[in-house]
Amino acid sequence: MLLSMQGISKAFAGVAALKSAALDVEPAEIMALVGQNGAGKSTLIKILTGVYRRDAGDITFDGKPVDFTMPAEAQSAGIATIYQEINLAPQRSVAENIYLSREPKRFGMIDHAAMRRGAAAVLKTFNLAIDVDRPVAHFDAATRQMVAIARAVTQNARLVIMDEPTSSLDEREVAVLFETIRTLKRSGVAVIFIGHRLDELYAICDRVTIMRDGQTVAKSPMADMPKMALVRHMLGKELAAFQAMAPDQDVPERPVRLAVQNAGAGVRVRDVSLDVREGEISGLAGLLGSGRTETARLIFGADRMQRGTLRMDGRERTYREPADAIADGIGLVSEDRKIDGIVPDMSIRENMTLALLPKLKKAGIVDRTKQDAIVTKYIRALGVKCASPDQPIKELSGGNQQKVLLARWLATDPRVLIIDEPTRGIDIGAKSEILKLLRSLADEGLSVLMISSELEELLAAADRVTVLSDGTSVATLPRKELSEAALLSAMAHQVE
Amino acid sequence: MQTLLRPFAIKSSGDLARIGVILALAGLILFGALRYDNFLSPFNILSFLRYNSMFALIALGMAFVIITGGIDLSVGGTAAMASVVAALLSPYHWAAGLLGGMAAGFAVGALNGFIITKMRIQPFIGTLATMLAAYGTGLLLANNQSVSVSYDTGFTVIGQDDFLGFPIPAWIGLAAYVLGWLVLEKLPVGRHILAIGDGEATAGLMGLKVERTLAAVYLASGTLAGLAGVILASQFGAGQPTEGVGWELFAIASVVVGGTLLTGGSGSVGATLAGALLLAMVFNILNFENGLGWISLSAYWQSVIRGAFLLVVVVLQAKLMARHRAI
Repeated sequence: MLLSMQGISKAFAGVAALKSAALDVEPAEIMALVGQNGAGKSTLIKILTGVYRRDAGDITFDGKPVDFTMPAEAQSAGIATIYQEINLAPQRSVAENIYLSREPKRFGMIDHAAMRRGAAAVLKTFNLAIDVDRPVAHFDAATRQMVAIARAVTQNARLVIMDEPTSSLDEREVAVLFETIRTLKRSGVAVIFIGHRLDELYAICDRVTIMRDGQTVAKSPMADMPKMALVRHMLGKELAAFQAMAPDQDVPERPVRLAVQNAGAGVRVRDVSLDVREGEISGLAGLLGSGRTETARLIFGADRMQRGTLRMDGRERTYREPADAIADGIGLVSEDRKIDGIVPDMSIRENMTLALLPKLKKAGIVDRTKQDAIVTKYIRALGVKCASPDQPIKELSGGNQQKVLLARWLATDPRVLIIDEPTRGIDIGAKSEILKLLRSLADEGLSVLMISSELEELLAAADRVTVLSDGTSVATLPRKELSEAALLSAMAHQVE
Repeated sequence: MQTLLRPFAIKSSGDLARIGVILALAGLILFGALRYDNFLSPFNILSFLRYNSMFALIALGMAFVIITGGIDLSVGGTAAMASVVAALLSPYHWAAGLLGGMAAGFAVGALNGFIITKMRIQPFIGTLATMLAAYGTGLLLANNQSVSVSYDTGFTVIGQDDFLGFPIPAWIGLAAYVLGWLVLEKLPVGRHILAIGDGEATAGLMGLKVERTLAAVYLASGTLAGLAGVILASQFGAGQPTEGVGWELFAIASVVVGGTLLTGGSGSVGATLAGALLLAMVFNILNFENGLGWISLSAYWQSVIRGAFLLVVVVLQAKLMARHRAI
């Protein structure tokens, strides 16, 4: 056993991030580490590498108990980490990045010639012939990753941790990376591979450790873990509890309001087709990294659609910026309220009418009477629980904040509302209230595109669900065919 | 163009800016030499170097600070305070004045390092505070007036005399720049300073000792400012608590003209020297131009012209870099 982590616990400000998590890795083994956002993968890795200190638990590396207090210690013990954002000094040369902090020296000074030779030699083992004097920033993501791996190799790392190494690579680059990983394995180096793309995990990893809610919920040889089971371990929760809410009637085929055909941009969205119908809630499902949020951004004009078409009411449209989409009656309630949505110190009144202010002007000044009318209307309609409209929004609960955001968009009178993770960070009671609200809005004719990673939410609220996998829409399930099993199998689908 | 520039081994847009400043300096020297009779006279050259060495010293420290992505606004105040300390100590021994002035700078540098790395205060704010404190301390020590140095202990030799026909301040400046070049280009710590400026968090994750390195850089900047204060006192025969105002800005301008990015992570010692000399030479040229009698520009106008010149250089650099990136 090369690495053994047992009973690892960690809390941030009283909130448990890890609850007795475990991870072990054999020499020359490629271990997949998977889990949803917030499952605790990153925290576990950061505890291993000395970025965070653990509250409890034991770590042994190479047979010895270890307790790293900073990244430098883990590095010198033989654990190298390649973070998702590839931590290299962009303006320094390739050679310098490989040897930074361990520069070859002659008479106390850097031996630039030896450094250059060594860098070129190690890159050559990965079949990479580049000018090692050029700044790292001049190279593409795949090459930078190779440089980071070369750095790990020259540190004599016994264990290399890769955090979502393929997230910014195209297929050819992924193939090169995998070849490099196999080279590492052959030389006896173990790899922890954190990733979300199932086909990649099955292609390269020997074993898998699955985390959920800060705990290790399963570990098994990759070959003994069917995809369905893996997805269920990652997502699985009290699925049955929600089934009751689901409307079971057949949904009539209503006219399509928003139609997206073969949309794509970059590598995150490859080929997405979906319809959003009048008065319907369309779900958009998929694992983390499958391109759901990116698809929403394309529709909303926040990113440019490079391929495919978008039709609104049958007319082909191109949105260069969100303002275009908004003018066409599309609204987007984004995933992260704190970053994209609310202005915490502003009042409910101001937050609710932020997008509407231009329409509320009278002689250049905000018309308070009109503003009051709108704010009162939506506070009542959505049931926002607050002391007064002038209360700062940060004092509200997550569910009520979400309602204010929803009101902001509803006040603009949208015809299509895209809502990304509508119930994230909201307690169970408020969840069903938000979902009911969406349903009643749909009944009044609004088209809703609901992005959700919670199966139970999709099962409870959606009239049909489009499933994305690796940036591609792999299935559209109407209400009738919607079930946990059907969703799971579509999400685990492999794109051929 | 590519083959022409190959000897300079351009690997980044920063290199291009640094070559630009050296070419500009050469051009300005050529212009002066052709236009004015005594421009290349030993007297002009030596007094130019004697006077500008202090600014060059401060610019050197500032270059290191800016390469880490920081800023040191305290250097002017530090130099003023150090000149007072040096003047007060000069009656005891010339070395007392020299070391005392440097120690004053060292102390401010140490305080800056502590404030920035341990108390995690932004360099801009932290060194603004120590700048004010240093000016105040200088004024307190000097009782709000200049402090005459002793002419009996040989203290004035440092700023006023020559060695091998070359002003001693210029020797000091040259030694500091050679040392600075060695540190930045040849010693591991120099690469670490550059990497920290490229991204502090990343540098930490790569196992570099970020705090210690940053503290050392501010220490060096403070000590060099102290040394500049010693030269100031020695050269003008008095500790001057009200001098040094705006020196930090001149130093920042020199560093920027020398192609060092204010965002950190890139920079060169040689080009910083060229930048400092270039800006100083604008003054020198304007003095000569006044001497020709065609025009008469006050010192205030010279500042305006220097500012315009700085702007032109920076805009040209930005354009060059944009072109280089497009290649």
